[in-house]
Amino acid sequence: MKLGFLVDLNLCMGCKGCEIACKVENEVPLSSWRLRVKYIDIGTFPDTSRSFTPLRCNHCENAPCERICPVSALHYLDNGIVNIDSDRCIACAGCIMACPYGAIYMDPESNTADKCTYCAHRIEGGMMPACVVACPVEANIFGDVEDETSHISRYIMEHQGAVQVRKPEKFTDPKHYYVGGGNNTLNPLAHERIEGYGLFTNITTLKHVGDPNHSMLDRFNPFGHDEVDNDSFMDFEQQGQDSKNEKGGH
Amino acid sequence: MDHGTAIEATKAVVTLDVALPGIIWGWMITLNMWAKSIGTGVILVGAFLLYRHKKDEMPNLRWMMPLISFIALNVFLFFTLIDLHQPLRMINIFIHPHWSSAITVGAWMATIFTGMITLMMLISLLDAFPDCRRHCDVAKKVRAKSDLYEKIFPFAVVLAVPVTLYTAVIMAESSARELWQAPTELVQMLMAAFMVGSAILILISDKWSAEARKDLALVLAISVFFSFLMYMGEYFFSFKSAEAEVTLTYVHAGGAYNIQFWIAMVLGFIAPFFIAMGSLKEENRTMMKFAAVTTLIGLYLAKDVWLKIPQLLPLS
Repeated sequence: MKLGFLVDLNLCMGCKGCEIACKVENEVPLSSWRLRVKYIDIGTFPDTSRSFTPLRCNHCENAPCERICPVSALHYLDNGIVNIDSDRCIACAGCIMACPYGAIYMDPESNTADKCTYCAHRIEGGMMPACVVACPVEANIFGDVEDETSHISRYIMEHQGAVQVRKPEKFTDPKHYYVGGGNNTLNPLAHERIEGYGLFTNITTLKHVGDPNHSMLDRFNPFGHDEVDNDSFMDFEQQGQDSKNEKGGH
Repeated sequence: MDHGTAIEATKAVVTLDVALPGIIWGWMITLNMWAKSIGTGVILVGAFLLYRHKKDEMPNLRWMMPLISFIALNVFLFFTLIDLHQPLRMINIFIHPHWSSAITVGAWMATIFTGMITLMMLISLLDAFPDCRRHCDVAKKVRAKSDLYEKIFPFAVVLAVPVTLYTAVIMAESSARELWQAPTELVQMLMAAFMVGSAILILISDKWSAEARKDLALVLAISVFFSFLMYMGEYFFSFKSAEAEVTLTYVHAGGAYNIQFWIAMVLGFIAPFFIAMGSLKEENRTMMKFAAVTTLIGLYLAKDVWLKIPQLLPLS
């Protein structure tokens, strides 16, 4: 058994239902994402189009993250899922350096690496991943790619020639496929991130990787520090004030 | 915000995405690599000098070499540890080792290497300062086994090579950072060790013979020359992947990393090369010490740029 994902980008309408379902199911902290849907605009007004690309761990058969992990916190399950053992992770960030898809993040609460596990806990209980269940247009197709009768296998066969993976040149053998994708949607070098063209202009680079107030050095800080938790990220009043003072802020 | 410029029809623009995570391996990892280069470099260059010259020509080398290496290795290990978000779990590398990871192999090798250097340092210090702990039983036993230093040393020299190089293998395993995956990284790591190894030894070589100091200048000149050539090759030649090319635009396009890169090249490579070449012809100890210091600063700055710029690239 080799579990895989396929996203039909022709069906995806960018509702972000999968993103939210994932966050709720896996209790992903604010400022972190296991799955995200990226919007890309192509063309010049009024001849423009918008495409949506759900991005998650590709569960590569030849996973660079698994190879570089010094303690086997990242490991393969028998069904092909690249799983992560947070209790073993030393949080060296080697996997973040190795993953060509930027799918791994440092959890600010647990201070360990984390990523999409294809909802391995749900699979074990015979359920589908949360994002598959939430998708209103069934753009997310999940199943055993080694079983030729499975929905995903039949879908791949029906769309011969149109099935793509991200960054095939990396030889990671991803088990995450896309139908209806193109260079603009799947190649991060093909599109630009231009200041002022985002739907929300005040998305800023994260100021932390993990919780900066719980590093080893900080434990010796005689002046103490502010506690950071999810509520800290929700200080909208102050953040709103800050954003007003920034160039381009609202 | 500039909406005045129209976007070309063929160009795609990201209009909604999460923020990019930014630099994850920062100055601590730069310092880690830099300190490791010193820790292994002094052993490699010291071994070269001992092969070429009599011990009497370099009276303090026997104890200074392991002492400097010990300090540098501990700086390296300390920053390796505190860069982890879960530093207390470092023990997992030893109780749950994953041998396909260069981090694991490197940690084991560096630990063994540090153990050997520690032993060498203790023996050499007790020999160099016979009045120190004269009545201590442990010190007496260590002094009685003084010849162990010479027995360990060849193994330490051999082990210094893979300990120097394993970081390049970690870089190679970092599939998301293609700039690091160049085979030249291996040679860069070795050259870096020779650069800072010779630079540090230059600073303590006042009482050494002129021939030994000349050899140090030669090692410094050769290592900075080849390291500089490789940096220039990577900077100017277009032989790499699309990702590596885009990464290099963070340097090519000007800005802070461009300035830092060229300051590093001048301080760490160009200036020491000419000073060392000049010193080979006519020795100038003050200038050589100046070159040693600029080499140490320049290498740190160069490594810092090379470490950070690939992390700025959007991966998805």
